[in-house]
Amino acid sequence: MTDHDDAGAPGAIQSDPSGANPFEDIRSKGFPILTRTDFSDVTFLLEVEHPVLARAAKPGQFVIVILDDHGERVPLTIADFDRERGTVTLVVQAVGKSTRAMQANLHEGDTLFGLVGPMGVPSHTSGAKKVICVGGGLGVAPIYPQARAYKEAGAYVIGVVGFRNKDLVFWDDKFRAVCDEFIICTDDGSVGIKGLVTLGITQALQAHVDVDEVVVIGPPIMMKGCVETTRPYRVKTMVSLNPIMVDGTGMCGGCRVKVDDRIRFACVDGPDFDGHKVDFDDLMLRLKRYKAEERVALERYDENCRRTKLPHETEGVR
Amino acid sequence: MARKTIRSIPQERALMPVQEPEIRAKNFDEVALGFDTENALLECERCLVCPQPACIEGCPVNIDIPGFITRMIKHDYRGAYNLLTDSTLLPAVCGRVCPQEDQCEGVCPVGAGGTLEPVAIGRLERWLGDKAIAEGWRKTSHIERQPFRVGIVGSGPAGMACAADLAKAGCKVAIFEALHEPGGVLRYGIPEFRLPNSVVDAEIGAIEALGVEIKCNTLVGRLFTIEQMLGEMGFDAVFIGTGAGSPRFMDLPGEGLNGVLSANELLTRCNLMRAGQFPAYDTPLGLGKRVAVIGAGNTAMDAMRVSMRLGAEQVNCIYRRTETECPARKEELHHAQEEGIEFHWLTNPVEILGDDNGNVRALRCVRMELGEPDTSGRRSPVVIPGSEFDFEADTVVYAIGTSPNPILGQTSKLKLDKRGYIQTDADLATSLAGVYAGGDIVTGAATVILAMGAGRKAAAGIKRYLGIRDSAVVYAGEPDGLEGSMFGIAQNERNFTHVRLI
Repeated sequence: MTDHDDAGAPGAIQSDPSGANPFEDIRSKGFPILTRTDFSDVTFLLEVEHPVLARAAKPGQFVIVILDDHGERVPLTIADFDRERGTVTLVVQAVGKSTRAMQANLHEGDTLFGLVGPMGVPSHTSGAKKVICVGGGLGVAPIYPQARAYKEAGAYVIGVVGFRNKDLVFWDDKFRAVCDEFIICTDDGSVGIKGLVTLGITQALQAHVDVDEVVVIGPPIMMKGCVETTRPYRVKTMVSLNPIMVDGTGMCGGCRVKVDDRIRFACVDGPDFDGHKVDFDDLMLRLKRYKAEERVALERYDENCRRTKLPHETEGVR
Repeated sequence: MARKTIRSIPQERALMPVQEPEIRAKNFDEVALGFDTENALLECERCLVCPQPACIEGCPVNIDIPGFITRMIKHDYRGAYNLLTDSTLLPAVCGRVCPQEDQCEGVCPVGAGGTLEPVAIGRLERWLGDKAIAEGWRKTSHIERQPFRVGIVGSGPAGMACAADLAKAGCKVAIFEALHEPGGVLRYGIPEFRLPNSVVDAEIGAIEALGVEIKCNTLVGRLFTIEQMLGEMGFDAVFIGTGAGSPRFMDLPGEGLNGVLSANELLTRCNLMRAGQFPAYDTPLGLGKRVAVIGAGNTAMDAMRVSMRLGAEQVNCIYRRTETECPARKEELHHAQEEGIEFHWLTNPVEILGDDNGNVRALRCVRMELGEPDTSGRRSPVVIPGSEFDFEADTVVYAIGTSPNPILGQTSKLKLDKRGYIQTDADLATSLAGVYAGGDIVTGAATVILAMGAGRKAAAGIKRYLGIRDSAVVYAGEPDGLEGSMFGIAQNERNFTHVRLI
């Protein structure tokens, strides 16, 4: 076979002689956690090392994480990515068994059993000249890379984020750096305006008649409210849907949503859809599918935690 | 030795024990328990060792069936295994899940008369595969290293068969798998009682022993593209075996109700995520007591039999044609019937009814009758007017086929056909030079063995593309005389190198 050695194979491109090819050793198990930051007693941030994923990730995409070999596949929107550091950032709200267990078990230096992605069609950021980026709850973190992408594309960016109160606010400095205007909404008015994000959107829409697009990420009920807020203004409103998923690769059909009266799979056709065409009632109904099981799992988990806890340890985050 | 004839062979198939239906419907242990040595040898005696064996042609991967049976009769089990694994690397899998009645056993002359059953080739293959696992046999292949790297997308049967052939030809092979465990449909789809995970693990171990690297948690298309694999990543060729894809629904009213799911979802939750052991495992299953499965293919059979084992009180099969048209493997249908699954032939759903909480309460169906044959040659079912009736159910499972997975179409310049499957030529080469595809992503949903056949065919195409020796030709010792040789070199050796003009 010596006659092939120098010429290279058909279609082959010589790999980088310096050995700097990031694809040389793609990480496929045991994903190290570089940093963890706790924003509140339920919300925390994980920065996970995965250079190839950090290179590939685009705003609007998500990953699936698995805590351990008994764990479920948990879809999480990518909150940020750093191509130089080779990391992706995930923001987790500890509300169910799996996320509570992640909160208790994942710290700096630990590894994730599974991490796969980026999944989903990236958000379409080019074109719009003036956008409102809206984030609430779990959606505050993932709306950030979208706002940044719009800013980098030269758009005028209005950020609207919602929190329950002042103590739960995070990343406001990051947002201010990429937003031309930034509105914080809190339930109790302890910071920013008092009210829901829909109030912030209304304010922004009234101040700017030339908004091209509104992008909303958050709990379904919030997205539904936002979509109804923008509908009379006839502004294109994109939402990022978060239905129940198993594989995340288009195989199981568990994440099917009704958009424009058609079945679409959020994992491969989405997660971004035109909010004015999404059937949110269908989405919210289907999110209740495993309510009973979720409660059982959480109760069982709490019970186990209580039993194994040392006397000096208290409830909540360590 | 006198030639065996149809009259001189044992008339009845040798006995293979099966778990009793009442017991097995409640456990996940294997249903068919396999031959013991004595019965395997008895069954071998039923092979006529035809001079022109139809079974080899009938096998999608062309296993030398009379060859391995002859060696088994001589108690040369290792030799039989080596011959078998020249053609398939997953005998313990194929012996269990192949639709043999449509392939090797379907053309076996022993069964051709209709009075005798054909040689139980699948059960013999399984016996050999299991023996190899038990004895720890590994096929030793003489591998001549080649300077080529091949990337394989998907670790299912197509990808593994392709990987094995290319590794044996000396290529450095890496398989990329999107899920967190390798095996594809063998892992997430086919349930434990039909194909135990330990068998899948052993067969994957055999592939890894050839030097194939398997990378899980890697979603090709999104993490990196096919074009990047050929470019930056330096692969000389790529094989795509990503499998069938997205489950189909029927667009009936009520499909959004809770309790409606695809067979893919049910099987993935149960097999890959082990939801049957919830809450010890985190993934919930949420299966009801009265399950209605729409469709009657192998996936439907698996979904029904899994439901039965996970505590459903009543499992029903809803199929719009009759038992004759039922596309499932005969043995699976038979096992399902034995286990107490109720079959409702000539029945078609028209609406799913829900309760006040948005959960499934019933399935509204109509009765069908068979009309004129359609393009597929099957008589197409027609609705009987006014035959509507409600069928109590709390879980509705769709097993009516799949449509192609869109990820690679979205992320590469691969040419797709009208339906959205990857377009290939007769050698399974795609529109991108050096990229081959095979299995369900090309043909639509089919069987494990057809996917393996496609994987092997693509491997042969890739070997020709890379200009390396056809390693599938097995060296059979010095030929006598000069017959079948050219310049003293056996023609079947074909041991030459393409000269490429630059």
